[in-house]
Amino acid sequence: MQIIFFILAGVALVTGGLVVFQRHPLRSALWLIVNFFAVAGIYLLAHAEFIAAIQVIVYAGAIMVLFLFVIMLLNLREPEAEAKFMHLGQKVGGIILAVFTVLLLIYGVMQVVLPPGKAAPPGLGNTESIARLLFTDYLLPFEVTSVLLLVAIVGAVVLAKSKLK
Amino acid sequence: MLINYLPILIYMLIAVGLLGVIVLLSELLGKKTHTVQKDIPYECGMDPIGDARSRYTVRFYIIAMFFIVFDIEAIFLYPWGVVFKPLGWFGLVEMGVFIAILAVGLAYVWGKGALEWE
Repeated sequence: MQIIFFILAGVALVTGGLVVFQRHPLRSALWLIVNFFAVAGIYLLAHAEFIAAIQVIVYAGAIMVLFLFVIMLLNLREPEAEAKFMHLGQKVGGIILAVFTVLLLIYGVMQVVLPPGKAAPPGLGNTESIARLLFTDYLLPFEVTSVLLLVAIVGAVVLAKSKLK
Repeated sequence: MLINYLPILIYMLIAVGLLGVIVLLSELLGKKTHTVQKDIPYECGMDPIGDARSRYTVRFYIIAMFFIVFDIEAIFLYPWGVVFKPLGWFGLVEMGVFIAILAVGLAYVWGKGALEWE
């Protein structure tokens, strides 16, 4: 059990690094897919089957398609040449900023104390527990989600309309 | 519990393994001759026009946006389907409102002609 987690976490970390360090944006996108699947596996380990399925369907499926189209919409020439000259101040400043950010993040994560969550009703799967809460206690947020999606649709049309005409 | 997902893992391994075998076999068995004629870009028998890495039209992007939005709509139908019976009419009306709001969006997109390719 723990072994599987460490394997998945390792894959997620390594592929996450590969996403950042690729010179070609399309290769970054491909590594990101592997990363999404590893994270989906971690969700499964946490007994969050519904989230794991969504991770694959929405992220590895729909959002990845969008990423690819954006990359192809942008100019896909040769990868940009590495900056030949980098100021020493830029390097030192970057390293200091990165270390500081990591320390801040570690501190922030350590501060978090999660209250024990309500246990799921026995005999119900993860999807069913989510569904019961979503369609009863969280009725209003659920309905507001549809308005949010509506705004996204209108926004996409308005943004792209000038290009279409 | 987790053992239930073993078939999915096996399925994924077979998919990746098959890809690897195909690439490896064609690498091992294929002839590797390079001539000037053979290495020129191939485009249905004619001389290639322009660059293959041309920019895509923004229409693909719009379609992808709509795909994401309606994909997320579909995601909400899965948990709804699981508790459809216990919720009864209440759930049906609830989902009806949800779908109706998004149907307005679909009508808007349709009316604006954003689904048309030209």
